[in-house]
Amino acid sequence: MATKASRTAARLMLAPAVILLLGWMMVPLTMTVIFSFKRYLPMRGGDLGWVGFENYVRFVNSSAFWPAVQSTLMIVGGVLLITVVLGVLLAILLDQPMWGQGIVRILVIAPFFVMPTVSALVWKNMFMDPVNGLFAHLWRFFGATPVSWLSEASMPSIILIVSWQWLPFATLILLTAIQSLDSEQLEAAEMDGASPLSRFIYITLPHLARAITIVVLIQTIFLLAIFAEIFVTTQGAFGTRTLTYLIFQRVLESQNVGLGSAGGVYAIILANILALFLMRIVGKNLDR
Amino acid sequence: MGRIVLDQVTKSFGDVTVIPPLDLTIEDGEFAVFVGPSGCGKSTLLRLIAGLEDVTSGAIRIDGQDATDIVPAKRGLAMVFQSYALYPHMSVRKNIAFPLRMAGMDRAEQDRRVDLAASVLNLTDYLERRPGQLSGGQRQRVAIGRAIVREPAAFLFDEPLSNLDAALRMGMRLEISELHKRLETTMIYVTHDQVEAMTMADKIVVLRAGHIEQVGSPLDLYRAPRNLFVAGFIGSPKMNLIAGAEAAKHDAHTIGVRPEHITVSATDGEWSGVVAVSEHLGSDTFFHVHDTGLADTITVRADGEVGFRHGDRIHMTPRADVIHRFDEQGLRIA
Ligand SMILES: Nc1ncnc2c1ncn2[C@@H]1O[C@H](COP(=O)(O)OP(=O)(O)OP(=O)(O)O)[C@@H](O)[C@H]1O
Ligand SMILES: [Mg+2]
Repeated sequence: MATKASRTAARLMLAPAVILLLGWMMVPLTMTVIFSFKRYLPMRGGDLGWVGFENYVRFVNSSAFWPAVQSTLMIVGGVLLITVVLGVLLAILLDQPMWGQGIVRILVIAPFFVMPTVSALVWKNMFMDPVNGLFAHLWRFFGATPVSWLSEASMPSIILIVSWQWLPFATLILLTAIQSLDSEQLEAAEMDGASPLSRFIYITLPHLARAITIVVLIQTIFLLAIFAEIFVTTQGAFGTRTLTYLIFQRVLESQNVGLGSAGGVYAIILANILALFLMRIVGKNLDR
Repeated sequence: MGRIVLDQVTKSFGDVTVIPPLDLTIEDGEFAVFVGPSGCGKSTLLRLIAGLEDVTSGAIRIDGQDATDIVPAKRGLAMVFQSYALYPHMSVRKNIAFPLRMAGMDRAEQDRRVDLAASVLNLTDYLERRPGQLSGGQRQRVAIGRAIVREPAAFLFDEPLSNLDAALRMGMRLEISELHKRLETTMIYVTHDQVEAMTMADKIVVLRAGHIEQVGSPLDLYRAPRNLFVAGFIGSPKMNLIAGAEAAKHDAHTIGVRPEHITVSATDGEWSGVVAVSEHLGSDTFFHVHDTGLADTITVRADGEVGFRHGDRIHMTPRADVIHRFDEQGLRIA
C-alpha cells in the first residue's frame, strides 16, 4: 500500500467493517453509560429519570462489591498461575519425541473445544457430585468422607474447572514457542556445563517469556468475563460471586438496570487497569 | 592438554551408517581441519567428539582418559557453533560468563576472565549489549569468547566463518590462527573452504562418506595426494585429471596436473587446445581450455598479464617433475 491512490482505496474498503465494529462496540457501551446514570427498573415503573452518580455509589457501597472484586481477581490469578505453570510443563513434555505424539496432542487440545456450560455441567455432575461423582467414589474407596466440592471448596473447584478449559490454549501457544527454540542454544548450554534445570531456567524460560505474557494477556481478558461456569455450578454462592456475576444479579435478579450498568462501567475500568498493567509487562518483554 | 584419540569410532542413525569404523589421533596443541564434501559426516564427527551425539561403538579418549561415556560438560571441550548459538536474552558479558557461572566460579574471577577475553577479542565496548545488537563478526567473537573463558582442553569449531562476508572471513581467519598460536590449545575446525583449510591447518583430515581419505599437513596433501579424491579435493582450481593414452605414456591409469604446473604459449607446447573461458583475476589468469583431446576441460593458471581470449588456440606444457600418477584403483603411484 505504497501509493496515495491505493491507500485511499484501502480506507474505503475498510470503512464498512470499521463502522460496523465501531457501532457494535459503541452502541452497547453508550447505552450502559446512559443507563448507569438513571434509575431504571423494568418491572417496577421503568425509566424513573436521571439520578446522577447514585448508582455508582450504591454499587460500591453494597456489601457484595469488594468480595466480588476479590473473587474475580482470585479466579483470574489462580487460573493464570495453574495454566501457565502446567502449560509450560506440558509443552515441554509434548515437545519430546514420543510414540503417538499426534494423538496425544489432539487429546491435550480437546478440552478447548468443549463449551464452558457443558464442561461445567460435566465437572459438576460427573466428578464433583458429593454422592455420585467420581471424586466421591474415589474418596470412599480410600475410606474418606466425600467432599461436597462446590459448597465446601467452591473457589478451588471453579478455578479447577476453568483451568481445565484454558490449559489447552496455554499449552498450544507455549508449545509453538518451545518448538521455535534453537536446539543449538541448548547444546551450547549443555557444553557450557548447564544442568537440565539450569538449561530450563536460563535458556528455555527466557525464550518463553514473550509467549507467556501473550497467554497471560489473552486469558485475562477472557477470564474477567467468565460466567457460564459460575451460573451452572454455584450460582454465585459460597464466595464465588465475581463482578460479572454480581452485575448479572443486579440486572436480572433485582431487575435494576441502572445499578447493573454502573457495575458494568466498574468492570470496564477494572479490565482496563489490568490490561494497562499487563501491556506494560508485555512491552518490557518485547523490547528485549 | 588436549590429545584426542578416536579408536574404531562408528556412528549410525537408525539403519544409516554415517561414520564407518574410524581411527584418528589429534595431538596436543594441533590445529586439525576436517574437510570433505557436504554430508560426509564432518559435523557428526565433531559432535561425537563434543559428546553431543553418542558413539554407536568405539572409544574416544581425551588426554588418555576414556571420555566415551562422559557428558559434554565434563569433557573440557568448548564448541563454537555455525549459528553462534548465543543466548539472545543475555548481555554479551553474561553470555561469555555463562560457563563460568555454571561452574560456580566467584564473581570477581568471572569478571576478570570475561574482561580479559573481551580485550583479546576487541569486545570491551560491547559487553553490555545483547547479541541482537551486534554484527555477524562481533557475534562470532562473542561465541569464541564464551569458548575461551573456560580454558578448555580443546576448541571445536563447526564452520564458524561460513555466515560472514569475504573480507570479514579473512579477518576472523587470521584472528583464529593468531589465537591458536597464542593459546597453543588443540583446535578442531570444520570447513568447506579450501583457503581456510590450507592456511590454518597443521593437519588436514579429508573425509568422504565418513571415511578418512588422507591425513597430513596441507603441503603433504597438496604435493602427494594419496588418491584421486584427495587430488581433486585439495587445491583450487582443481587438479586436471587425464586418463587414456596420455596417462599411459607415464605408465599410469590416470595422471594429474595442477593448473599452476602448466605453462602456456602461443606458439608451441606439448598439448594444444582452444580457450573457452578466460578468467582474469588481476594477479592470475585462469584459462579453461577445450578441444585438447585429453579431457573435457583443462584448466591452466597463468600470469595475470597473459592475454589469450575466447577462441584463441593455445599450447600448453606440463612441468614434468610434478605430474601425479594414479593406478586403476585411483591410488597414487609413488
Ligand atoms: N540426526 C540425524 N539423523 C539422521 N541422519 C543424520 C542426522 N544428522 C546427520 N545425519 C546424516 O549424516 C550425514 C552426515 O551429516 P553431517 O551433518 O555430519 O554432514 P557434514 O559433513 O557436516 O555436512 P555439511 O558440510 O553440509 O555441514 C548426512 O548424510 C546426514 O543426512
Ligand atoms: Mg556440517
